[in-house]
Amino acid sequence: MVTGGAHSELLRWIPLLPLAAAVLHGIILGLLRRESPRSFVIAVSCGAPILAFVVALLAFFQLTDLPAGQRVLIDEVYAWIGAGRIAAEMSFVFDPLSAVMCLVVTGVGSLIHIYSIGYMADDHRDDGGFQRFFCYLNLFTCAMLLLVLGDNLVVMFLGWEGVGLCSYLLIGFWYGDRWNAYCGMKAFVVNRIGDFGFLLGIFLVIWALSGSGTTTLNFREMQAAIATIAERSVEVPAWLPGAPSWHLATLIGLCLFLGAVGKSAQLPLYVWLPDAMAGPTPVSALIHAATMVTAGVYMVCRLSFLYAVAPGASATIAWVGAATALFAATIAVAQTDIKKVLAYSTVSQLGYMFLAAGCGAYSAAIFHLGTHAFFKALLFLGSGAVILAMHHEQDTDKMGGLRRWLPRTHAVFLIGVLAIAGFPPFAGFFSKDSILLATWGAAAIPGHRALWAIGLVTAVLTAFYMFRLHFRTFAGTCRAPEEVQRHIHEPAAVVLVPLYVLAFFAIFAGFAGFPDAYGEAIGVPEADSLAHWLQGVLRQQEPAVAFSTELGLAALAVAAAAAGALAAAWLYVWRPELPERIAARAGALYRLVREKYYVDEIYDALFVRPLVTLSDRVLFRGVDAGLIDGVFANGSARAVRGFAAHGLKYLQSGLAQGYLVTMVAGALALVAWLLR
Amino acid sequence: MIPLEHVIGLSALLFAIGGVGALTRRNLIVILMSIELMLNAANLAFVGFARAWGGSAGQIFVLMVIVVAAAEVAVGLGIVIALFRNRESMNVEDVSLLKW
Amino acid sequence: MSGPQLFFYLFGAAAVVSALGMVLNVRNTVAAAMCLVVTMISLGGIYVVLDAHLVAALQIMVYAGAIVVVFLFVVMLLNLRRDAFPPERQRVTKALGVGLAIGVTWDFLRRMPGALPTAREVAPDFGGYRAVGRALFLEYPLPFEITSLLLLGAIVGAVVLAKRRLD
Repeated sequence: MVTGGAHSELLRWIPLLPLAAAVLHGIILGLLRRESPRSFVIAVSCGAPILAFVVALLAFFQLTDLPAGQRVLIDEVYAWIGAGRIAAEMSFVFDPLSAVMCLVVTGVGSLIHIYSIGYMADDHRDDGGFQRFFCYLNLFTCAMLLLVLGDNLVVMFLGWEGVGLCSYLLIGFWYGDRWNAYCGMKAFVVNRIGDFGFLLGIFLVIWALSGSGTTTLNFREMQAAIATIAERSVEVPAWLPGAPSWHLATLIGLCLFLGAVGKSAQLPLYVWLPDAMAGPTPVSALIHAATMVTAGVYMVCRLSFLYAVAPGASATIAWVGAATALFAATIAVAQTDIKKVLAYSTVSQLGYMFLAAGCGAYSAAIFHLGTHAFFKALLFLGSGAVILAMHHEQDTDKMGGLRRWLPRTHAVFLIGVLAIAGFPPFAGFFSKDSILLATWGAAAIPGHRALWAIGLVTAVLTAFYMFRLHFRTFAGTCRAPEEVQRHIHEPAAVVLVPLYVLAFFAIFAGFAGFPDAYGEAIGVPEADSLAHWLQGVLRQQEPAVAFSTELGLAALAVAAAAAGALAAAWLYVWRPELPERIAARAGALYRLVREKYYVDEIYDALFVRPLVTLSDRVLFRGVDAGLIDGVFANGSARAVRGFAAHGLKYLQSGLAQGYLVTMVAGALALVAWLLR
Repeated sequence: MIPLEHVIGLSALLFAIGGVGALTRRNLIVILMSIELMLNAANLAFVGFARAWGGSAGQIFVLMVIVVAAAEVAVGLGIVIALFRNRESMNVEDVSLLKW
Repeated sequence: MSGPQLFFYLFGAAAVVSALGMVLNVRNTVAAAMCLVVTMISLGGIYVVLDAHLVAALQIMVYAGAIVVVFLFVVMLLNLRRDAFPPERQRVTKALGVGLAIGVTWDFLRRMPGALPTAREVAPDFGGYRAVGRALFLEYPLPFEITSLLLLGAIVGAVVLAKRRLD
């Protein structure tokens, strides 16, 4: 339990700096309607996140100065919402958890901003494409920072929605092509489905807490009051499963988790993420690998006190995460587009994070979030370099043997692949291992051994498809046409340097979470600096596992990774003719996997088409055009016109005797009334 | 003496006849004559009431009505003549320009 | 029935019949004017029966002797004979109006008996020129003067309307 908290006016600047940059670009492009020189855009838009990173670092050092149990910095900017008992301030909190998130967001974000200078350099469209891109990127950074710094559910939701919006803007950035705009829309709509759950969760929290006297959405106050609702149940209608009553905390947890399912692309709302690859590669790296999709994980960890008393919800999270991890990994095995493989890989790794969070190992989830940010961003940016070199070709069928022309890109990409596959001592090994360890020891979750098995199988698949991707891109003979081969060259320094930085972290970041047990074995106490740093903020469930078991599990994980890598090498380096034969033999099964189990088509038929038909035929043509326009608007006008044209006009015929009759009638009526 | 009801009844009858004529006939002259008839009926009512209750106001008013009727006939027939010069028709339905 | 009453009913009947004759006469405008004259004279007779002698005299002189004569002048001047008009318009409206008029008259006649206050005695010189004249010039001089202005306006109006254009 964290108490007290020092006040710091520094925090508001962290989201404010990128916001200022975005607003500035918005005014220049939108109101003044002119395009600024590239150097100006770069200075403003890259300077903002870098400055935000510096401020976050300063706040971090302020935090470390505080004693361990009271590491909280709060910045209450103003009272934002005050409606009766429901109050939400615009206030920011900087505790160890938000510190980690902030540094990752601003750090990786800054690197990607710098990378984008080179990537978007050849975008010369008239609508200020370069500047517009950085404007959106800055806006996104601001929203993401609001999300992680928010002190209550409302500010978090503000950031939540903000990143959703920016995701839409950035995915559909090249909106001249309708497909891109469609992908942006798809992302936004699917996110909204999740956001519905999030809102329900917020309302339930308000309702639940108001019943016990303290209506609050502030995280610290919620944590203090959680005991009052931990045992409560709600009555539900008889037709719902588990009737007649549900555990309230579980219900809240599930509703909020629905938001995470949408935002972090878990089953069944993951479908937007692969299509989000239609956006520029830096967008994929930043939003769909390192930051936005991790918002769900952050939310679950931030609310760890809630999920600690909602075992049903935690179990659901763990199983959904595991299922998603496996499901996405199987799809990734058969994809040929570089970015699609990485997209499904992201979905799969996010599944790991939720698996950890569901098992109560929240710091493991955050650890994997951090390491994943590094190596996934590295992989995406590396693939971006490849795409640039191949003149925006993304199909690995047309690549191969690029190691000859792109040695540096090859090297950093390989580092990323090793990290994600989980080879020691790269970052991914430590983080994935801590997750698998937690799953093995999570006795509270039903079927946790099965979950561990799923995690292990997924690790095999992860190694397999990542090495497959690497070999198909860089090894073997080049399958691209001669024309293209002549122009392949390494990208500029502004693109490579961020890659080097990320590669460094992909190698060494793992040591931040060096397990305590290993540390003790080599004489380093409290080696797991990350876990200890986050302790007290997260309601951690420590798995009770013996050291030997821990070592054994780690060895199994490495073996799994090696197995996957070897299988990929065998199929794609030593016997490259085999994959086609296997695909032909597998036939329908292969097609099923390559077409992503036809999930998009199923959703389209089940949900999208009926809704569109309903909206178009019934609501638009029927109700709106027919009823409201036709009957009410036009119909009433036509009625009045008809009445006037065919009825009223006869009152003014010009014929004197008609007027006389009217006069007589009127006079008689008047007299009659006067004599009543 | 003559019962007041009979005098008023006669007045009402004549008024109604004049009213029906003004509403129904299309000849402009006949309409004007019907209006005269209505005025006469009103005069009869005035005289009747004056006879029944005394006082001088009733007969004075009759004199006023007669003067007004005369003035109205003069001007009205002037209008009829002007209209006839323009349209060659005595039909009241031919002067129907005051309309939508 | 006394003499005055008999004359009243006779003149009354004559007035109604000739009124009907004027209104219902479709063909001959001159005949209609003649009927109007008869009505006027009948009414003058009724005024006499009602002891309003001055009014009766003025009725005959002004109405029967001048107004209807003007009507006849106009009819002769414009050489009007038969009404040869196109089919009637607004029949329904007119029928409604007529029905309304007849209905209201009928209702009025039905309600009238007993609704009027009782008659009083009148002064012996009621209706004579001296009484009426005194009342006119002593009690109502203003209306008298105003009606003379009205007549002036009517004269001017009639001349302006009826004269031929000099251009």
